[in-house]
Amino acid sequence: MTTTIIWTIVAITVLGVLLAVVLYLVATKFKVEEDPRIDEVEKVMPGANCGGCGFAGCRAFAQSCVEAGNLDNNFCPVGGNDVMKKVAAVLGLEVKEKAPMIAVVRCNGTCANRPRTNDYDGVRSCKVKAALYSGDTGCLHGCLGCGDCVAACQFGAISMDPATGLPVVDEEKCTACGACVRACPKRIIELRNKGPKNRRVFVSCVNMEKGAAARKACSAACIGCGKCAKACPFDAITVEHNVAYIDFNKCRLCRKCVAECPTGAIHDVNFPTPAPKPEPKEAPKPAAPAAEVKSTTDKKEE
Amino acid sequence: MNRLLVSPSPHIHTRTSTRSLMLDVVIALLPSVIVSILYYGWSAVEILASSVVFCVLLEYLITKYLLKRPCTVGDLSAVVTGIILALNLPPAAPWWVAMIGAVVAIGVAKMTFGGLGQNVFNPAITGRVFLLISFPAIMTTWDGAKGFIGGIDAVSGPTPLGIVKEGLMQGQTIDQIFAANDFSYFQMLFVNIGGSAGEISALAVIAGFIYMLARKVIRPYITLSILVTVAVFSGIFWLIDPSQYTDPLFNLLTGGVLLGSVFMATDYVTSPMSDKGGIIFGVGIGVITMLIRYFGAYPEGMSFAILIMNSTVPLINKFCKQKKYGRA
Amino acid sequence: MKKTFSIGGVHPDDKKISAGCAIEVLPTPKKVYISMAQHLGGPAKATVAAGDKVKTGQVIGEPTGFISAFVHSSVTGTVKSVGLRKDLAGIPVIHVEIDVEDDEWMDGIDTTDTIVREIPQDTKFILDRIRNNGVVGLGGATFPTNVKLCPPPDKKADILILNGAECEPYLTSDYRIMLEKSEQIVIGAALMKHVLGVERVVIGIEENKPEAIAKMKEAVASLAAGTAGYSGIEVMTLKKKYPQGGEKQLIDAVTHRQVKSMGLPIDVGVVVQNVATSLAVYEAVQKNKPLIDNTITVTGECFPKQSNLLVRVGTPLSYIVDWLGGIPETAAKAVSGGPMMGKAIANMDAATLKGTSSILFLTEEQTKRKPETNCIRCGKCAEACPMGLEPFLLNKLAKNRMYDELEENAVQDCIECGCCLYSCPANIPLLDIIRIAKGDVIRIIRSRTAPKK
Repeated sequence: MTTTIIWTIVAITVLGVLLAVVLYLVATKFKVEEDPRIDEVEKVMPGANCGGCGFAGCRAFAQSCVEAGNLDNNFCPVGGNDVMKKVAAVLGLEVKEKAPMIAVVRCNGTCANRPRTNDYDGVRSCKVKAALYSGDTGCLHGCLGCGDCVAACQFGAISMDPATGLPVVDEEKCTACGACVRACPKRIIELRNKGPKNRRVFVSCVNMEKGAAARKACSAACIGCGKCAKACPFDAITVEHNVAYIDFNKCRLCRKCVAECPTGAIHDVNFPTPAPKPEPKEAPKPAAPAAEVKSTTDKKEE
Repeated sequence: MNRLLVSPSPHIHTRTSTRSLMLDVVIALLPSVIVSILYYGWSAVEILASSVVFCVLLEYLITKYLLKRPCTVGDLSAVVTGIILALNLPPAAPWWVAMIGAVVAIGVAKMTFGGLGQNVFNPAITGRVFLLISFPAIMTTWDGAKGFIGGIDAVSGPTPLGIVKEGLMQGQTIDQIFAANDFSYFQMLFVNIGGSAGEISALAVIAGFIYMLARKVIRPYITLSILVTVAVFSGIFWLIDPSQYTDPLFNLLTGGVLLGSVFMATDYVTSPMSDKGGIIFGVGIGVITMLIRYFGAYPEGMSFAILIMNSTVPLINKFCKQKKYGRA
Repeated sequence: MKKTFSIGGVHPDDKKISAGCAIEVLPTPKKVYISMAQHLGGPAKATVAAGDKVKTGQVIGEPTGFISAFVHSSVTGTVKSVGLRKDLAGIPVIHVEIDVEDDEWMDGIDTTDTIVREIPQDTKFILDRIRNNGVVGLGGATFPTNVKLCPPPDKKADILILNGAECEPYLTSDYRIMLEKSEQIVIGAALMKHVLGVERVVIGIEENKPEAIAKMKEAVASLAAGTAGYSGIEVMTLKKKYPQGGEKQLIDAVTHRQVKSMGLPIDVGVVVQNVATSLAVYEAVQKNKPLIDNTITVTGECFPKQSNLLVRVGTPLSYIVDWLGGIPETAAKAVSGGPMMGKAIANMDAATLKGTSSILFLTEEQTKRKPETNCIRCGKCAEACPMGLEPFLLNKLAKNRMYDELEENAVQDCIECGCCLYSCPANIPLLDIIRIAKGDVIRIIRSRTAPKK
């Protein structure tokens, strides 16, 4: 009995040692040489592996930073300047500060603003819907409302507002990784400067149809009239393909355009509530109140 | 004018739904249910009712309170599991055995994996095997038929397979055992002499099989490959030594071979997708069943065989693809 | 033993409820809108401007590129505008809007009913007429017919298959022309046979159309007896199974050859043309008549007036429907084409195209998608797929964006026939997802092979 136990122990021990030696040999033979700084950089990364930087994941980004030898072309949108400073410290490199960005939904085609012309009955996917037809409203360019952006967001920063049928970006959670921008088949979502005190002005429409057609499809559409461009003292607004665009690098947030827009397509967010003004010059339609669009603190003037 | 619907093609859909498929399986199980009720009487009714009720109730409770998902009881798959589980139990078993079986079948084998379609192992068999290992005494005692059809004496004792196994261990030959116990194939075909509720009538199971084939619920390949394998395998051994090995017909008609091959091995979720894969799956079940019957400790091997082959299904699905057009 | 394709297929209910309705000529509307993108390939370039007078059959659009086609005016009148107008999916396409006046055909078009049986010997003459009269494939893809009839020099066809399967439920336009214009179809087939230089022509018709089979057989026999150039044409009865009319399935059914993945029928020596295309070829070559009208089935259980109409290209769908009494209250969906592969109509003001084969109305009960439930791994989709694919697997791979695995599992071979979604008992929108994945994978394959060229 005892001998059996002893033999078992001996046999197992010998086997264990043998295998350990084999493992050691294999490990040394197939060892992969890697720059230890990649690990260090990876440690300071957010670790979301969202792909917002353009690389497959945080490690790939770290590798690229180490190999490139500078940080000019690499930026982690999720971690922002803080993380980039840490990365720069690890590698002993310089980093340029970037203004924080945020995803902005450029469509205000709420259920009230944009009457439905048919009912979509396929799978709930904007990509499928966009490939099939122009959408269930008269607007060719607007939000399809199936929430591909919501599904793409890894940070839970986008949700669909059931009242408007439009996505809403949570300013706190959005990291500007750009996943939603890539997911949107209508290219409605844009990454814009977050702005001082989160204040921004943007055109909430991408409809490229002529004014009358755009207006017919949606009462909150940009009709490309160009009044905003004339009003802008900083040349920040251009009207191309019947739709205005505000260059956020030139915009100084004076909000002159907001007052000019006849359809209320230009939105300003996070500005303090203005002193009571006279009623809007032109009420769009009785059924189209200034809908909450962008965020909880969103305000809109006509 | 009302707004028209718009969707990608196709614009029409077959009438077949998960519920209609499951309903067809329930209908196919009815002959076996009726025979077992006629033969075993109220005890069969009790075990059937408690098994079905617990299975359905458990799925309802789990989807509603644990997973907080839409209730899936309406697809009738829990009813099918309940009936199959009951047909695998001795009718004399107390109701709480059925309850434990239902907990294992629905709670462990099915809902843990995410409900219908996600489970790796057939829920009813998992439940049955759990009971077989946990309560061997209850699960192998066939205590008395107090059925509605008169003239059958109360039989107590093991199944034919159990009797044979017992006899062989005592050194008897097959012929002696058969003579001593008065086995008759005719009886096995209609109403067997001992066995779980679903094992007792081969004919009832075959009727269900034909119904499911006619309704295109299942394809015949899995069932037939199991039966052929069992017959061939036992045939070879029987020809070598008829005194130690039972003959093919006996093996086909006894135990859960028919019930298992028709209702349990053909479960959509836990069987391969392709016909080719189905045949491999069936042959595997047949061989393992016969290995257990001839050489294993248990007199019956169908349940274990199906469970073992269930685990190979993902692999079979990966390697057995159907023929693609233009890719010879 | 009747022939059919070897893999998969489904059997939806026939529902050919408009089969008994003879083809009627729809009165021309007051306005037509003729799309410049009625064919596969580059859209035509409009050659008229607002204010121009056009006659019926006059060229108003010229092809742009090799795979493109002429577009002709289907009416006589004044061009009101040339500009963007929404098609049936709501997508803006260049249309020519014409105010209709009294019908006056272009010179040189034979508008009589006499059947011209003599086959011209000059193949270039035949091809030019087909091209100049804007003939495109009317089986669904609207591929320019003259291009299809000129295979690359290294490939040689040995058989022409005429597709009279009409395997989609409800559709009866092909059936009606086979009954009413059988001789013209056979002449069209003989013309294409002559151009291709093939010995054998098979007209494949499904068994559920016995009258059409009899009519076509009769036409083939009488032409073969009377005139030269009609030998080697036969009518083949096919078993009823969807998608028999799919090009690849029809080739398999008739010849037992299978087109390789990403290949073309000509690779296995086959050219497939629809019977309606054959009729258009006859009219283009023998009567010099451009493709300006086509037969459209208007049907559906909820639609009160089943019809087969001869409609001028560019007629608004709403005009056709209103002429027949308007959209019924119970209709929940309007489909252009068959219920399996047709496109849902989002815009009833859209105009008909050369390839429009039907307007089908379905009720909510017939067409509304039911809520998706768990996949029960029954394998019915794989059983139904005529390409032998595994839709359940492709669906999962597509959701996880596993493009390499999708390509390995041949998502690019999908013909979008809809059998998988049709047969799924769990109502999983398989094809919706797979169709998108197929597009992505084909794009990946193209981008990989492009730089090598």
